[in-house]
Amino acid sequence: MSKPLIIAGRQFSSRLFLGTGKFPSPESMRGALAASGTEIVTVALRRADLSGRRDPFANILEFIDPARFLILPNTSGAMNAEEAVRLARLAVAAGLPKWIKLEIHPDPRYLLPDPIETFKAAEQLVREGFIVLPYINADPVLAKRLQEIGTATVMPLGAPIGSNRGLQTREQIRIIIEQAIVPVVIDAGIGAPSHAAEAMELGADAVLVNTAIAVASDPNRMATAFRNAVEAGRTAFELGLADRLETASSTSPLTGFLK
Amino acid sequence: MSFAEAFNALPFSNLIERARGAESASVERIIANGPSSLADFAALLSPEAGQSLEMLCQRSQAVTRQRFGRTIRMFAPLYLSNECINNCAYCGFSRDNPILRVTLSVDEVVREARALAEQGFRSILLVAGEHPKFVSSGYMTECVRALRKFVPSLSLEVGPMETAEYLPLVEAGAEGLVVYQETYDRAVYSRMHTLGPKRDFDWRLVTPERAYAAGFRRLGIAALFGLADWRLEAIAVAAHAVWLLKYCWKAQLTLALPRLRPCAGEFQPLTSFGDRELVQVIAAFRLFLPDAGIVLSTREPATFRDHLLPLGITHASAGSHTEPGGYTGAGKDAVHKTVRGRIIEQELGSLDRIAPVGRATGATGQFEIADDRTPAEVALRIRQLGYEPVWKDWDAALMA
Repeated sequence: MSKPLIIAGRQFSSRLFLGTGKFPSPESMRGALAASGTEIVTVALRRADLSGRRDPFANILEFIDPARFLILPNTSGAMNAEEAVRLARLAVAAGLPKWIKLEIHPDPRYLLPDPIETFKAAEQLVREGFIVLPYINADPVLAKRLQEIGTATVMPLGAPIGSNRGLQTREQIRIIIEQAIVPVVIDAGIGAPSHAAEAMELGADAVLVNTAIAVASDPNRMATAFRNAVEAGRTAFELGLADRLETASSTSPLTGFLK
Repeated sequence: MSFAEAFNALPFSNLIERARGAESASVERIIANGPSSLADFAALLSPEAGQSLEMLCQRSQAVTRQRFGRTIRMFAPLYLSNECINNCAYCGFSRDNPILRVTLSVDEVVREARALAEQGFRSILLVAGEHPKFVSSGYMTECVRALRKFVPSLSLEVGPMETAEYLPLVEAGAEGLVVYQETYDRAVYSRMHTLGPKRDFDWRLVTPERAYAAGFRRLGIAALFGLADWRLEAIAVAAHAVWLLKYCWKAQLTLALPRLRPCAGEFQPLTSFGDRELVQVIAAFRLFLPDAGIVLSTREPATFRDHLLPLGITHASAGSHTEPGGYTGAGKDAVHKTVRGRIIEQELGSLDRIAPVGRATGATGQFEIADDRTPAEVALRIRQLGYEPVWKDWDAALMA
């Protein structure tokens, strides 16, 4: 068994977070969540009903069992700190957990996070007692600054959201992991199980996957594939990967008889 | 720098030449690698690219699914007024058309919006003719303020205004602004627009920039296909989009491909833009602008819409009415006939004012709808196609 993941004192056995956008139906989303073994599910607040009226036309939350999953609201759509903070407060008022995946990406094209506004919002939300999981570019200094003010994780991107390009920011992520005092969750760009395994082998504490599962021809099976990849990558990381050599190294060494 | 300058500097003749005569080798390369320039986009409009329409659509579908998932965002238009001081040859609301007009009161607008909300809509596009007296910035601000209490997402498609006039609308909670240039061909534009402020091509062209400066977050642009050469229109829309993505970088962009529909005034399209061409332009837009929303309205008939939806569409309207009061009959008692901008009769009991069969009000629509299915029927069909109809994708709290 791999070691459990601990975020803000809460323990999780799965190291795979799932996003809930882009699925062909809420039923298929529910199926994929179950198949993935995930325990942390993020939902865009702009798609949910925050009025408390149980809007049947905005009922995404009704397909996620809060007893089984930690619902992690996200602030996607916010363009600045003020908007993100307001959304987070509304989510709590609507009865959602006081956990927030802080996403501020003013550029709708690449959805890259705004470091300045993210930092400002994180400061405010931490002060208000939120458990803050900020989505950031793979910037080691920003990651350190956020940890200093008390965020529960940092969530650097591997590549732009939905791009499925894998760990384009690998070298920066390596530094973030090396310096981290809180869990590091690779948040975006994970398009294939091999990317997820790579992130875990590198020492990431968890990965978040959405597009690659949601738009797969069979989201359930793809969710299972990611689950296996994350477990494989984590196990390998905990055991320690074998060294890489430039030349071949025989499994039956020629000088073995000298022992 | 404004788009008006960039537009004037576009090498249109080269681009059109490429759109008409790109060779098969370069078209194949562009489809395989994705278009990386306006010239590449133009090549995707060529007859040669039309030969590879299936491949174009396969790529378009894959790109759309990756970027937007298997989802279609639902919205409905709500017409506030069909009063207008412009004469636009192709539009039913033209000032000189002797039609039945009305401007809804704010309470009537709320009644219409409630009817739409009951059907599921959480995103409403407020539409009106251009008439500063009836459809003022103040009136629209009141409408937005009243609606945002129960409608999470409000956009506007109304006569262009100054940035300062847009500010109170954004403040009140409007997040999107849609303005169609109608045609990007200056000569055709001046022939089509013979009266009113809309005659000013450049003023309209830079409207999205003024709207962005006021804080709108979604900008919608389009050409009305059927007025000028469709290849020229598509190239101009793409160039406009590229400019907006650079200079209005925080805005979400949507494109539409409206085709002329029958309306009062009996205008006939000046150019043809067939189904195949429409599909080709959707796919070309998608490959060139992977992140732009593409809107499909009820101008197109039901079956055709069902086939278009999985090719690159991200936003769809349903159950639309283009006459003010069309959803509930709101304002029907205030309907009056105007000719050349003058009210010619408003006595009660006029036969003209009686709503035609199947309509809630006697007010005249902007154009005829081709897909008259209910929103629930359209949503069911979307699900059957393997997509989720998304009703709410915005929260008013974002703008507070």
